[in-house]
Amino acid sequence: MAADSEFHVLAVDDSIIDRKLIERLLKTSSFQVTTVDSGSKALEFLGLHEDDGIINTNTPSVSPNNHQWCLQEVEVNLVITDYCMPGMTGYDLLKKIKESSSLKNIPVVIMSSENVPSRISRCLEEGAEEFLLKPVRLSDLNKLRPHMLKTKIKDHQEPEKQDKEEKQQQPQSNNNNRKAMEEGISTEKIRPRLNGITAMV
Amino acid sequence: MDLVQLQRQLVDYKTSLYNEGFLDEQFTQLQELQDENNPDFVVEVVSLFFEDSERLLNELTKALEQQSVDFKRVDAHVHQLKGSSSSIGAQRVQKVCIAFRNYCEEQNIEGCVKCLQQVRHEYSLVKTKLESMFQLQQQILSAGGSIPM
Repeated sequence: MAADSEFHVLAVDDSIIDRKLIERLLKTSSFQVTTVDSGSKALEFLGLHEDDGIINTNTPSVSPNNHQWCLQEVEVNLVITDYCMPGMTGYDLLKKIKESSSLKNIPVVIMSSENVPSRISRCLEEGAEEFLLKPVRLSDLNKLRPHMLKTKIKDHQEPEKQDKEEKQQQPQSNNNNRKAMEEGISTEKIRPRLNGITAMV
Repeated sequence: MDLVQLQRQLVDYKTSLYNEGFLDEQFTQLQELQDENNPDFVVEVVSLFFEDSERLLNELTKALEQQSVDFKRVDAHVHQLKGSSSSIGAQRVQKVCIAFRNYCEEQNIEGCVKCLQQVRHEYSLVKTKLESMFQLQQQILSAGGSIPM
């Protein structure tokens, strides 16, 4: 019961003001929050490297000096991202998530300050659950919980598959060396849920 | 000035900021996100806005001083400023940004330069007013009072 009410949201926005705002909004709505300032950092956090596929594997070729976040332990129940960002846009991030076998079930919500119908339909077609206009309000966030609940229910309905996947992804090494993050993330408050492992912030 | 007078002054001041279009509903939303556990939220967000805006205004000045103006770059900065002013409810700054973006689209350098002047002006106005408001709030808190919302 307690686990169900604790959802972890990954918020992506290049604006420091908007990151602060969305963090407060999400926390006020009783979500756990991690904020990052770019799509590529979001993918890193989710354990997906842009070019190389999934970082966290048990193969010995993975060097401990990589950006080894060991983040399979961290469950992200929803990604909320700004649309207009330099480099990887929110749409690009959405695509990458939906194209990834490990991440595609994570609900994604897009935020934008611009009300462009073609943009909205493109995002929804690509699999975004919601498109929120900025500035985002507390009431907008009420729309998020149902999407996260849906995923939880789905997870519980396929216990075998899920357990198998999770077992494969758990790193066996006690490599607790978490490299200090690049400034984009290290300045934010990160509280990943790590089973018994203390986080370096 | 006694506490009640200070509190009244604050309410009147805030009301005037809304009436004159310096602040809009979004600022109210910010205040509603502040509570005993996050008592400095508004001041923190607004401070971030000040820092970020000053950076953007400097970038804009540099970009418009170039021999050959990169309007895409100018527009990108204005877009950011428009976004952040909208996020804190700085309505007049936001409005100038909208006009500014139109001039960028038209690649109208005169219009852009004028807008930059305007947006600097509006920014400095809202900054002064918000700082005054925060000062009043601090006076009330120091006198042991609470902030009327």
